[in-house]
Amino acid sequence: MAAHAHPVVHEAPKGFIRKYIFSTDHKIIGIQYYLLALVSVFIGIILSLLMRLHLIAPTIDLPWFGQMTPEQYLALMTMHGTIMVFFVLTTAPQSGFGNYFLPIQIGAPDMAFPRLNMLSFWVTFAALIVMLAAFFVAGGPGGVAGGAPISGWTAYTPLSAIGPIAGPGLGMGQTLWILSLALFAGASLMGALNFITTTLDLRTKGMSLMRMPLTVWAWFVTAILALLGFAVLLGAGILLLLDRTAGTSFFVPAGLVVTDTQIPHKGGSPLLWQHLFWFFGHPEVYIAILPGMGVTSHILSTFSRKPIFGYRAMVYAIFAIALLGLSVWGHHMFVSGMSPYSALAFSLLTMSIGVPSAIKTFNWIGTLWGGQIRLTTAMLFAIGFVSLFVTGGLSGLFLAQPTVDLPLHDTYFVVGHFHMIMGVAAIFGIFAATYFWFPKMFGRFLNERIGKIHFWITFIGVYAIFMPMHFIGIFGHPRRYADTTAVQFLAQLDPVHTFMTVAAFITGAAQLLFLFNFFWGLWKGEKASDINPWKATSLEWTVPSPPPHDNFQGRFPTVYRGPYEYSVPGAAEDYTPQTAPDTGQPASRH
Amino acid sequence: MAANAATEELELIEVGGGGGPRDAGFGRDDGGAPLIPQRIYFTGIWLALAAILMFFMGLTSSFVVRKGLSGDWVAFSFPRILWLNTAVLLASSLTIERARRALLRNELAGFRRWWRITTGLGLGFLAGQVIAWQELAAAGVYIASNPSSSFFYLLTAAHGIHLLGGLGALLWVGGRSASAYVRATPFTAVTVSSIYWHFMDGLWVFLVLLLFLGR
Repeated sequence: MAAHAHPVVHEAPKGFIRKYIFSTDHKIIGIQYYLLALVSVFIGIILSLLMRLHLIAPTIDLPWFGQMTPEQYLALMTMHGTIMVFFVLTTAPQSGFGNYFLPIQIGAPDMAFPRLNMLSFWVTFAALIVMLAAFFVAGGPGGVAGGAPISGWTAYTPLSAIGPIAGPGLGMGQTLWILSLALFAGASLMGALNFITTTLDLRTKGMSLMRMPLTVWAWFVTAILALLGFAVLLGAGILLLLDRTAGTSFFVPAGLVVTDTQIPHKGGSPLLWQHLFWFFGHPEVYIAILPGMGVTSHILSTFSRKPIFGYRAMVYAIFAIALLGLSVWGHHMFVSGMSPYSALAFSLLTMSIGVPSAIKTFNWIGTLWGGQIRLTTAMLFAIGFVSLFVTGGLSGLFLAQPTVDLPLHDTYFVVGHFHMIMGVAAIFGIFAATYFWFPKMFGRFLNERIGKIHFWITFIGVYAIFMPMHFIGIFGHPRRYADTTAVQFLAQLDPVHTFMTVAAFITGAAQLLFLFNFFWGLWKGEKASDINPWKATSLEWTVPSPPPHDNFQGRFPTVYRGPYEYSVPGAAEDYTPQTAPDTGQPASRH
Repeated sequence: MAANAATEELELIEVGGGGGPRDAGFGRDDGGAPLIPQRIYFTGIWLALAAILMFFMGLTSSFVVRKGLSGDWVAFSFPRILWLNTAVLLASSLTIERARRALLRNELAGFRRWWRITTGLGLGFLAGQVIAWQELAAAGVYIASNPSSSFFYLLTAAHGIHLLGGLGALLWVGGRSASAYVRATPFTAVTVSSIYWHFMDGLWVFLVLLLFLGR
């Protein structure tokens, strides 16, 4: 059927609303996601600082809110976890940077389904509003926590399934929490569908799969995980909502008595929720971290002026991590009383993730080895990512063994572990990407001096906050407790808590440096007059900064080579863009 | 597979171009704006179906676990109209295929007739499902009565909502002007809608057997 001879160049929409609010341009949508995550991360940080403050000074009076109760502490913990996991770690690395750069890096004019893309963002936005609304409804613990639920980011049943009788915030607050996650899951499914289709079908001429930057591979595989995982979370959320509102008993067991009241449901299985939740929840960890791995690979290669070590191995390792990641959810449930045989299977599968993870780490170090390393801020954050990934990953091997997990499971050891790997490693990926791509996105540089100060305070800061948690965890300090000052054997850990809280406040303050740098950079930063300031090879560096509406101004590139041809022997310069024809000479793009 | 047959008819819309083996990218030698291949719609629908399958498999696992673990499961009397509904939906898969093939042969009148019949059968199926619910409700079986009925209402409603989406697609395609069918894009819409419709049909057969045998 007819292939139309005349190419049609996308016309940029006119008018503020179509251009910046209800935009179908993947770049604007990427920035929208990024800003949503930026707002969310500061909310999340404030919640965590309030918790840290409470841990060292439980009787202090907060301005306006007074003294924090244990229930309020739990509500802050719930909202901190939920907001950070979904609206920051899932949103910025994948939906933010993935949206902006995936189409450009494969040479496409936009995502495959631009209107669906816009819809995903606005549904995510609605999900955030619904989540935050939980703070403002009645029936919660009150004070600084308002109406927020106290059930943690995992909302374990049966207490999350039976309504207000189970505790403060478990009425309307919990219902809003579930609705928000259902919306978020729907938006993520639409986004994942778009990412996969775009990657499969819209690559420019010559962009074979094995010529795609590792960032694209990471976003692609992350989208596959999201497509499979969020569908199950959506189903689980509907079951939970029905238990709460329609009187069903999927999750509520028979004979449950809560605050002297017999709960009318019967026969449900609380463990069923855990299985469904973690079937999504464990892939979710990789949804958060895989894009950071892609960005780290990309940046390490660029600033070592060397090809990525073992490109194919890196691609296969991403797939291996994702595949194994889908079959290890049970390691979150070792203390649920599962059969030791099941636990053994989950344990072996979990530990085998160490193999592709080690391949990635080895190859990152191999990439750095002997390179002409340029320690830009982006590079520092990428190296920081590797450090945190190793630290957080190693403690994962401890927890992967049921016999070790049993005593450690409800301690700070787990808090230290998942913050290292899923929290701050992923955040370092976001920072690395921000410093690296800011000049492309906004045509101006972020300040490198402020950036490096931001890096060093943050890097030392996160180790100061989270490393001691491993030690107090091994010591036996339980997690989720609002106040342990009355527990004698924990009293000797008070100085450690104080240390972590001080570190948290200093690290939190350093993020204001980043915020200043970001907004100052937007309007006053040094102009990025060179479209390829880092002398990099992938397609985004062949287009103006910021790129025009259809990315390539109607002249779509042909790709001749892989994405990491740095320091090719015999080449005139130490980088060979993907668009350079097979002469070995870098193409001039000025 | 239907998708393969459909992708062979690689059609192109104006902003796109394309062709060439799937792994070689889709750009053009002259560097002009690339043409977006129609296959994005086929990729998209298969991915959507993968997600929908995961959603229903999650609920199916819940069904199996909930039934296996509990002693409170009580079978309800299975509304017999569901077998009629199943037949109606199976028939609609045949008619939508007839419509699609009529369009392939450029027989617009035949396409429109069979497409309308399919739409009617889809509406009939949904009406039948509502009758099944009413029968159960009249017998005092509600969503909260027993886990067996909870799953019955949940799974039939979830399937019904997905089918409603398919019905929306049927109405949208059926509402296009006659001349639109001969252009490339609506044919994609027809095939993509059919793939979805067949999937909903197969899914229903699975669900009705699950609900009947597992009740």
